Amino acid sequence: MRFLDQPIEFESLPGHAIPVFAARTTADELAAFCHAAHAAERRLVALWGSDERDREPGAGYALHVAFDLAEGLVCLTLPTAPDQPVFPDMSPAFPAADRMQRAVRDTIGATSEGGDQRAWLRHANWPEDYYPLRRDTPDARFETRNEDYPFVRVEGDGVHEVAVGPIHAGIIEPGHFRFSVMGENVLRLEERLGWKHKGIERRFVGMALAEGARLAGRVSGDSTVAYAWAYSQACEAIADVTPPPRARWLRALLLERERVANHLGDLGYLGNDVALAFGLAQFLRLREDWLRLNAKLFGHRLLMDRIVPGGVAIDLDAQGAEAIIDQCHAIEEDVRRLKSIYDEHAGLQDRFLTTGRITPALARRLGIIGLAGRASAQRWDLRCEHPCAPYDELKPKMAIERNGDVAARALVRFAELGEAFRLVRKLIVDMPAGELRRDLRSAPDKRGFGWVEGWRGDVLVAIETGADGKIRRGHCHDPSWQNWAALEHAVIDNIVPDFPLINKSFNLSYAGPDL
Amino acid sequence: MIPLLRQILRVGIVTEPAPPADETLRLTTQRLSDAVARQIGRALVIRHVDAGSCNGCELELHALGNPYYNLEAIGIKFAASPRHADLLLVTGPVAKNMEVGLKRAYDAMPEPKLVVAVGDCGCTGGIFGESYASCGRVANVIPVDVAIPGCPPTPLQLMQGILAAIAPAQVESNPGT
Repeated sequence: MRFLDQPIEFESLPGHAIPVFAARTTADELAAFCHAAHAAERRLVALWGSDERDREPGAGYALHVAFDLAEGLVCLTLPTAPDQPVFPDMSPAFPAADRMQRAVRDTIGATSEGGDQRAWLRHANWPEDYYPLRRDTPDARFETRNEDYPFVRVEGDGVHEVAVGPIHAGIIEPGHFRFSVMGENVLRLEERLGWKHKGIERRFVGMALAEGARLAGRVSGDSTVAYAWAYSQACEAIADVTPPPRARWLRALLLERERVANHLGDLGYLGNDVALAFGLAQFLRLREDWLRLNAKLFGHRLLMDRIVPGGVAIDLDAQGAEAIIDQCHAIEEDVRRLKSIYDEHAGLQDRFLTTGRITPALARRLGIIGLAGRASAQRWDLRCEHPCAPYDELKPKMAIERNGDVAARALVRFAELGEAFRLVRKLIVDMPAGELRRDLRSAPDKRGFGWVEGWRGDVLVAIETGADGKIRRGHCHDPSWQNWAALEHAVIDNIVPDFPLINKSFNLSYAGPDL
Repeated sequence: MIPLLRQILRVGIVTEPAPPADETLRLTTQRLSDAVARQIGRALVIRHVDAGSCNGCELELHALGNPYYNLEAIGIKFAASPRHADLLLVTGPVAKNMEVGLKRAYDAMPEPKLVVAVGDCGCTGGIFGESYASCGRVANVIPVDVAIPGCPPTPLQLMQGILAAIAPAQVESNPGT
């Protein structure tokens, strides 16, 4: 099977929840495919490396690049040399590739030919030649050192730098922002992330599939359902197991509940960031009601560990279903009232409109995805594009805005809340009866992919087993990889005090891409 | 303005005496208030540092500010600077990359430098453990007074843990009052 008129023969990987195709390529073929995908306006989904030296004599490393095509997920694997492994620089076509390529260098030691060569996940706290994802790298502890990171300097009369983080002034994840400003205006923002890197991918190695589910569910706590589902899809492809219909419907119910919980919180904080504390109090109250029902019906406020490989670890009885329907009506009513208050509030709209703008053309070029992409007219939602069951039956309506500012990102959230309430109700009314979980036995030397549209954007999980059926390589890709780079553009020409508002309107994950 | 005021009136004050399902919550609020009043005059100031969590604990810390728990109303607030803080609340295993930052925040605090480690990761290193990139539990990096387990701990458990840090004797002698 061939795509984009490129001379690469792909094979279809069976047993996946979404269509997945894979092929091995040469460097030239990969570069050509990359340009063809870019020309066809398709997206780069993720990029990661692996160590293949123990497979056969003379083998080196491998670079894996996943694209979204109209046909489904397409994964190209480029084998590299064992000594001084290199791969083509994909950042000219897909700017978001830059930091992923740097992470491949930090973890595997394979380097892009060209592009930014600064370390990304490594902050000088372990040696440059300690590559945690090489299979012969031993466990080790190192002295903590202080890094002097070479930020790009903006020079000229009146330009100065504002350094923020890694510890921020609130209950927030750590990250560093370096602003170059002139007066109040931001000329340039450069992000330095990776502070939360805690070795998740190395941790996956040697885990049984069942064990890895807990870890995948803790890559990014606010998207635990999306990660757990994507991870389970990958495991089910490896084990060639299809989860029972009721389990799939319950998974979608949990995913939509996670979406609602996050959107409610964000809309509150967006109000708070423009001094409308009323909005925060109101929306956090609704979010708390929502989480309490999660705890009551499913045993966990954030729904961690409720989706497991093979199915789900929860069920819903008639009483619970009724409670959810009732709550949906009550909260939808409140959200409708609050939206009209936000819409009519001059002070709020004044701060929201035209702030942190990403035009559709820029969004296209940067490859912005998920919620933030849809606020800049990037018509892409995995639930609509490649719907897995039950989304093929639910037919979610995509929320789209064109202005790409804080107001647009708020509007997308409002629209997605409304749609999520509809989906939740439909899921409950139409939910099939039956079993909740199938037994799942791992298989040796197999690959599985999982791909789920979380509330922030699409989460990809790629799992590969070794000869013993345990995890050999586990890669989790957060949509924030793509969108952090976009935030740097969104703040240009805005004033420094609007940064928290713009940042909140994206609400990207630090833990997710830091891994 | 009128719809906004109407909404405030419609919702009322949810922090007030709660429905039966929230009984434990109300009791904890009272205990905390009493302890804070006796120990530090209802003005406990907390600085939070995320040293490498999955962000789950932060979501529940945020919930402490919602109208149900309303932590500020009983005198406890979060500060932007460790120099203003009585208590350091640390989430996550301590990522190697955050070790220096966490130590600096601790050093910048005035005495008595209370430290509460939050969540299974803060207590034990959790699922991430110790590695080239993780120092494991918070106590491996700075001294810890109270460790609140849970993945993540609920807002209620968080309040109980913070209470234990400022009034351990009262909690032990008067359980449940």
